[in-house]
Amino acid sequence: MSIVTVENVHKRFGDNEVLKGVSMSVERGQVVALLGRSGSGKSTLLRCLNGLEEIDSGRIRVADHDMDYDPAKLRALRQDVGIVFQSFNLFPHLSVAQNIMLAPGLVKGSSKQHNRELAERVLDRIGLLDKIDAYPDSLSGGQQQRVAIARALAMEPRVMLFDEVTSALDPELTEEVLAVIEQLARDGMTMLLVTHEMNFARRVAHTTVFMHQGHIHEAGATAALFSQPKTRELEQFLSNALK
Amino acid sequence: MIRPFGFHEFMFLVESTRWTLVLTLAAMTAGGLLGLGIALARVARSRILRECTRSYIAVVQGIPVLMVLFLSYFGLAHAGLELPPIVAASIALSVYSSAYLGDIWRGAIQSVPRQQWEASASLALTRKQQYQHVILPQSIKIALPPTVGFLVQLVKNTSIVSIVSVVELTRAGQLMNNITFEPFRVFVAVALIYLAICYPLSRISRRLEEKFRVYRHS
Repeated sequence: MSIVTVENVHKRFGDNEVLKGVSMSVERGQVVALLGRSGSGKSTLLRCLNGLEEIDSGRIRVADHDMDYDPAKLRALRQDVGIVFQSFNLFPHLSVAQNIMLAPGLVKGSSKQHNRELAERVLDRIGLLDKIDAYPDSLSGGQQQRVAIARALAMEPRVMLFDEVTSALDPELTEEVLAVIEQLARDGMTMLLVTHEMNFARRVAHTTVFMHQGHIHEAGATAALFSQPKTRELEQFLSNALK
Repeated sequence: MIRPFGFHEFMFLVESTRWTLVLTLAAMTAGGLLGLGIALARVARSRILRECTRSYIAVVQGIPVLMVLFLSYFGLAHAGLELPPIVAASIALSVYSSAYLGDIWRGAIQSVPRQQWEASASLALTRKQQYQHVILPQSIKIALPPTVGFLVQLVKNTSIVSIVSVVELTRAGQLMNNITFEPFRVFVAVALIYLAICYPLSRISRRLEEKFRVYRHS
């Protein structure tokens, strides 16, 4: 049974149609890599999945929520869908623990004690328990991004979205973030990743979706897609990216 | 009868300063509350709210505060609402403050990066929770130095209410000058009292600016 369903989604920014009828589905526990050149619509598609972008037409269903831009319904959906951004977006005025505890406390109303334990648990999972009372300013980019992942995990989402989460990081910091994502994949988390890390996508993603000019140009099992691309565009993209 | 400008005359200035402080406090409190509402309305999703408050700011900032004072004192009296001068003066200065503080705070709210809104929205926070826990705490740091800076301006601008016969510091200086004919000593004393209020505030403002600069880059 699909946990993410996208049907004939169109999205335009002014005169620029970014998504031109996109359909796809994701099974529970599946890891999906979204690849494509910049401007191909992959990040927009990802942002549509938690309602950060409103679609113009089509249908989206995520974690048993039909996409509805009514604020209360949108919040219900977002409780089940975590997202991690390229620029980390931690709250700079809050400590690591407070960053993680904020939403569970406000949205789920769980106790401070419970949330502190929750913060300890998710930080332990990403190997940053010793930074629990640090402020984002004092962390490296890789550490900040891992905390951002922990913050999303604390809401116990059913689907995780990753929007180019290593693009702002130096190569030596990229690995520690990818390792955390890979661990999540092993734990069975359903994930959609927009990424430029081809080797990582190839290693971790079950399915790969290649987007080109607002369409899904080619999609399928990752291994087959990488070894035998069917379209010339994907072939070109892969040979450029893996060079 | 001409009197020398002595201790008692000086103490009259000091005592009158309380009205300067009362006016400042009233304008800061009422103007601050109204200003916060204006700042939030300026960044609201409703276009009508945004446009109305934008016009309000443009109008109030575009006319001399003296005209606002005349409107609230003479204007309202003409319309049948006679207010004590101190009340009319407080209203005028509150209106003046609300427009400037509203604009300062709008800027502070808008200087919080859009991504902070997106990140907090993605964590299923309501708009009120986003403001309360994510946006406003960050805006306050940005807004504090210019707000204290405005407070200094406000202390000095309370002097205009001397025109509607509120005996605050400036008006008291004029009265003392009339009976002592020692303008130089009287107005130097008046200036020193203003300086004694404003200088510490300026220092605080500068300290806050330095503190937050350090904070952001540490």
